[in-house]
Amino acid sequence: MFFSRALLKRHSVLPGFDLALGFTLLYVALIVLVPLSAAFLKTFTMTWPAFRETVTAPRVVASYRLTFGASLAAALVNAVFGMVVAWVLVRYEFPFKRIVDALVDLPFALPTAVAGIALTSLYAANGWIGQHLARLGIKVAYTPLGVLVALTFIGLPFMVRTVQPVLEDLQRELEEAAATLGATRAQTFRRVILPILTPALLTGFALAFARALGEYGSVIFIAGNMPMISEITPLLIITKLEQYDYAGATAIAVVMLVAAFALLLAINLLQAWTRRRQGR
Amino acid sequence: MTTTRTFLRAVTALALAAAAGLAAAKDIALLNVSYDPTRELYRDYNAAFAKFWQSKTGDTVTVKQSHGGSGKQARSVIDGLEADVTTLALAHDIDEIAGRAKLIAPDWQKRLEHNSTPYSSTYVFLVRKGNPKGIKDWSDLAKPSISVITANPKTSGGARWGYLAAYGFALRQPGGNDATARGFVARLFANVPVLDSGARGSTVTFAERGIGDVLLAWENEAYLARKEFGADKFDIVYPPASILAEPPVAVVDKVVDKRGTRAVAQAYLEYLYGPEGQEIAARNFYRPTDPAVAARHAKTFPKLTLFTIDDTFGGWAKAQKTHFADGGVFDQIYTRK
Repeated sequence: MFFSRALLKRHSVLPGFDLALGFTLLYVALIVLVPLSAAFLKTFTMTWPAFRETVTAPRVVASYRLTFGASLAAALVNAVFGMVVAWVLVRYEFPFKRIVDALVDLPFALPTAVAGIALTSLYAANGWIGQHLARLGIKVAYTPLGVLVALTFIGLPFMVRTVQPVLEDLQRELEEAAATLGATRAQTFRRVILPILTPALLTGFALAFARALGEYGSVIFIAGNMPMISEITPLLIITKLEQYDYAGATAIAVVMLVAAFALLLAINLLQAWTRRRQGR
Repeated sequence: MTTTRTFLRAVTALALAAAAGLAAAKDIALLNVSYDPTRELYRDYNAAFAKFWQSKTGDTVTVKQSHGGSGKQARSVIDGLEADVTTLALAHDIDEIAGRAKLIAPDWQKRLEHNSTPYSSTYVFLVRKGNPKGIKDWSDLAKPSISVITANPKTSGGARWGYLAAYGFALRQPGGNDATARGFVARLFANVPVLDSGARGSTVTFAERGIGDVLLAWENEAYLARKEFGADKFDIVYPPASILAEPPVAVVDKVVDKRGTRAVAQAYLEYLYGPEGQEIAARNFYRPTDPAVAARHAKTFPKLTLFTIDDTFGGWAKAQKTHFADGGVFDQIYTRK
């Protein structure tokens, strides 16, 4: 979407459209396309039936369900609560606000294994939070719910940091105008604020979702890794590698790549559509 | 004047001698690519070997260590990590280095004594203090009320030994055959609530998260866990029979020939078989192969029936293919429900 905006702009700050475009293509090719096409090439060493059998094995299909399902759910949770966090950070003043603001970025910086171990020790049946949940009969660590918790944790900053700048630009006068015209609070939110936030929410959602799909480090500690139940797709890729099955590993990776690309493209198209509808 | 000249001459002679000395004593660096639970063993052994090598040749040798899951470590070597020696959890992983990358001669396992295994180990049970569930033998692990912790045999070399020990136990029962053994490991794995990817991970799950009644562990990991988390928390239970786990060692031929380190790499592995190497292995809870050293540590290593992978499973290549390949016996436990 940044790309299309740059194309449409007549007076670009960067010199020379050809030069800039050439550089962009080269850069994307080197950093993204070459490593990814290596995965595709490796897959071509397999025959079609072998490929199909690998990527549709019951364990692998179960892992797609968990990885895509938990990533979507985590991104949705973050869409709601990340927006609330961003709202509070922008609109209210409270003690230690700067510190809270900085804390939001921690999941970015923390090594994912550390996050995984920390979350597991919190949510295990003998952990601080886990023991109270266990009394209610809720198990988090070593279940798919644990996967959701880990993915929500790592996705939070993506949502907050994309929504925050848009909220900062949002003029309070708009809300006041809506109120003077007789709108209820719910109406103001739904018809004035939400439309403005939607593109940023979609971007944050896409980023959090994409990050969650590829997450490995934090999840394997909390998931329990039971076949058919709590195995994520990246773990199956690693398992294939442990068995020296390079082609099988890349086959699953290719399926994930294609699915992730399709989903991200859909989100980007949706975003472009909402932008157009708002006449921006 | 003469005194100054003599003094100068003496200084020059000294300087020359020092330079000659420096040129003669080389600094050698070796890389030993090993698996997860050998950290403590090789930390001790590397220091001892460096001392021995210096007194023998005058050269300083620094051995760098790399640890991780055995399969992952083998893959790093295949993909180009320049290891002078590999000391891995099972022969299959070194076979892969020999077969896939042709970095090691195919007959590597015959080059050193005892199938190139300077120390052996076995798989035992770590239980909570006082053994509240009364776990004594492999058959107890398949009972419905028992929760068993082990790593995933597909990703952990150690867990493969544990799985094969359980399978071998079932085979050796009266009337035992492949069908009964499959049923037994299926019941056992139905009792496993968490499958960590490595042996250390499952130790943490059992010891720190407090999950499970029994941990299937390398004998040395079991001792280490007791040392680390406190002997008042856990007991080690020896089943009457278990598998003889042989973590083998090999010089990586292509690498040592290229780097010119064959002599020292060879000596590094051979010294493991010597009295000092064996003593260090025993102190780190690996079973020594030297009878004299073994006799000294007889108290640490209780006697139990140990069956081998070659006799029970026809070697690693066959066991790997039947049990751990995709769609193998282990996968069937989970997909045939």
